[in-house]
Amino acid sequence: MTDTLVPDSTAEVQAAIGYERPETLSWDSRLRRSVTIYIPLALFVLILLFPFYWMAITAIKPDYEMYDYKTYNPFWVHSPTLHNIDVLLFQTNYPRWLMITMGIAVASTFLSVGASVLCAYAIERLRFRGAQHVGLAIYLAYLVPPSILFIPLATLIYQFGLFDNPVSLILTYPTFLVPFCTWLLIGYFKSIPYELEECALIDGASRLQILRRITLPLAVPGLISAGIFAFTLSWNEFIYALAFIQSTDKKTVPVAILTELVTGDVYQWGALMAGSLLGSVPVALIYSFFVEYYVSSMTGAVKE
Amino acid sequence: MANVLIRNVRKAFGSTEVLHGVNVEIEDGEFVILVGPSGCGKSTLLRMIAGLENITAGDIAIGGRVVNDVAPKERDIAMVFQNYALYPHMTVRDNMAFSLSLAKVPKATIDQQVQRAAQILGLTQYLNRYPRQLSGGQRQRVAMGRAIVRNPQVFLFDEPLSNLDAKLRVAMRAEIKELHQRLETTTVYVTHDQIEAMTMADKIVVMNSGNVEQIGAPLDLYDRPANLFVAGFIGSPAMNFLSGKVEGGAFKAEGGTSLPLPQTSNGSDGKPAVYGVRPEHFQLNPSGLPAIVHVVEPTGSETQVVAEFAGASVICAFRERISAKPGETIRIAPDPALVHLFDAATGQRAA
Repeated sequence: MTDTLVPDSTAEVQAAIGYERPETLSWDSRLRRSVTIYIPLALFVLILLFPFYWMAITAIKPDYEMYDYKTYNPFWVHSPTLHNIDVLLFQTNYPRWLMITMGIAVASTFLSVGASVLCAYAIERLRFRGAQHVGLAIYLAYLVPPSILFIPLATLIYQFGLFDNPVSLILTYPTFLVPFCTWLLIGYFKSIPYELEECALIDGASRLQILRRITLPLAVPGLISAGIFAFTLSWNEFIYALAFIQSTDKKTVPVAILTELVTGDVYQWGALMAGSLLGSVPVALIYSFFVEYYVSSMTGAVKE
Repeated sequence: MANVLIRNVRKAFGSTEVLHGVNVEIEDGEFVILVGPSGCGKSTLLRMIAGLENITAGDIAIGGRVVNDVAPKERDIAMVFQNYALYPHMTVRDNMAFSLSLAKVPKATIDQQVQRAAQILGLTQYLNRYPRQLSGGQRQRVAMGRAIVRNPQVFLFDEPLSNLDAKLRVAMRAEIKELHQRLETTTVYVTHDQIEAMTMADKIVVMNSGNVEQIGAPLDLYDRPANLFVAGFIGSPAMNFLSGKVEGGAFKAEGGTSLPLPQTSNGSDGKPAVYGVRPEHFQLNPSGLPAIVHVVEPTGSETQVVAEFAGASVICAFRERISAKPGETIRIAPDPALVHLFDAATGQRAA
């Protein structure tokens, strides 16, 4: 397979010194590679990126262009405008929605990852009686769909006096974040050799010291990917945010875009798309910063 | 430093008992090796001394104090694990300093202790490296250094050399023994390798399926194994066994060959017995008994011969060089003063 990487000049040199390369193999492998790897990959990327492209061009299209496909090519912008973004940022509460969503996502992520670390560590390492059943029960809790769970939760929220208060979301998001993060972290803790903890135990560390000084530093990739997942899930969460928040100025981005930018039966497509695009930027940024940790936690274990 | 007493210790995992009442006395400053085949319970016993497994019945006392319910960190022990268990995210220095920093020892003392340990083990120039940047032998040394800095009463080693290649293993063997001679700390060492046990130990505890088979100094075990298991386990190549019975002051092998018995023999006539001869206790002797050569394995210092002798296949080791070819017959005789006789029914030593 390496010979596909050999530049022509080297090939000529090799030919000159009498080294014959099997040409058919090189041709075959290059073709095979493109058919089996690059073409599927390109298609995948195309399909994946098209919605973003559509969002981006719609966000900067003037309305008359948007509704007239005959005169204007729908896949291109002829006279780009910042009008939609201007509407979004200065005529709606969008900046405030962003701040609220960010605050809720960050708070519920920290809350969930913190609880999950303790939970996963206890299940995986303390091996108390019934630990496996507790693990399973937590997983089953994850399977209860939010569309069912939001009804009893709404009663609770109301009785706590948290209705129409972003704190209600910070407290309810962990119902699906904690099971998810716990399972991810159980898997990661499992990959950390148990001898390390036994050794630390003999060295004189308490359980909490072991967790803080041995296990957590080694589980950083796992913590980061749990954090990313939790952040993304709470950033995009819809049904609880829709049910528990009423005031315009306390809504989260996904709910606000839908409820505030669709007035009656009028879809403000430009502002909607601009809002979605800007709303996906923080998540994209976080992924791009931590992609290495994220991948390593999905694929690899702790190496000595 | 302290002695370790193991009194009638039992261990059960659920309903399976893996240790059936083990008694071992380890004296202050002694190097004791627990040896036995896989699954004999030697590692479990070591982990019970460390406090990583609880004790089902019996007592373990370190320095006169029963530690059955004492947490590992309060037992004043240090353990070296088979896969070293170095903290991958800490430098060598931090790895060695970890236990002292947990004990809130002043920083100057920690530095001093780490320096001392690093000097003993020749790790001074590696203190700022991470475990992944070290070779197997160096990691092994860091693991020992981590034990040394604490100045514990007892060192515990759990098969520390089994991850190293053969050559390094021999070198580290000598290093650990030298370290013990220097520090004179009571040491309990687990291995399945009888050569390690023979070369390093002051006292060997041979274990088999949850029982202690014999305790003694290496050469005592070699010269007077208490039973068939110890006889077969200690020594390489292993002792040859011939079954038969004692008749009229001599041993009658199953094939009918008569073999000499030691003078001290008290094996009663007619009882089934097992006759044991170590490979090196066969001598070439023109008036000896015939043996048909199957394989000749010269190792340089000695020549090992697999031969058919008295109706059984035996291994002999001769200091002389053997020119015999497979299929030829040589005449050999066991040294009567050095043969062993075991009761066939109980496996215990008869002479």
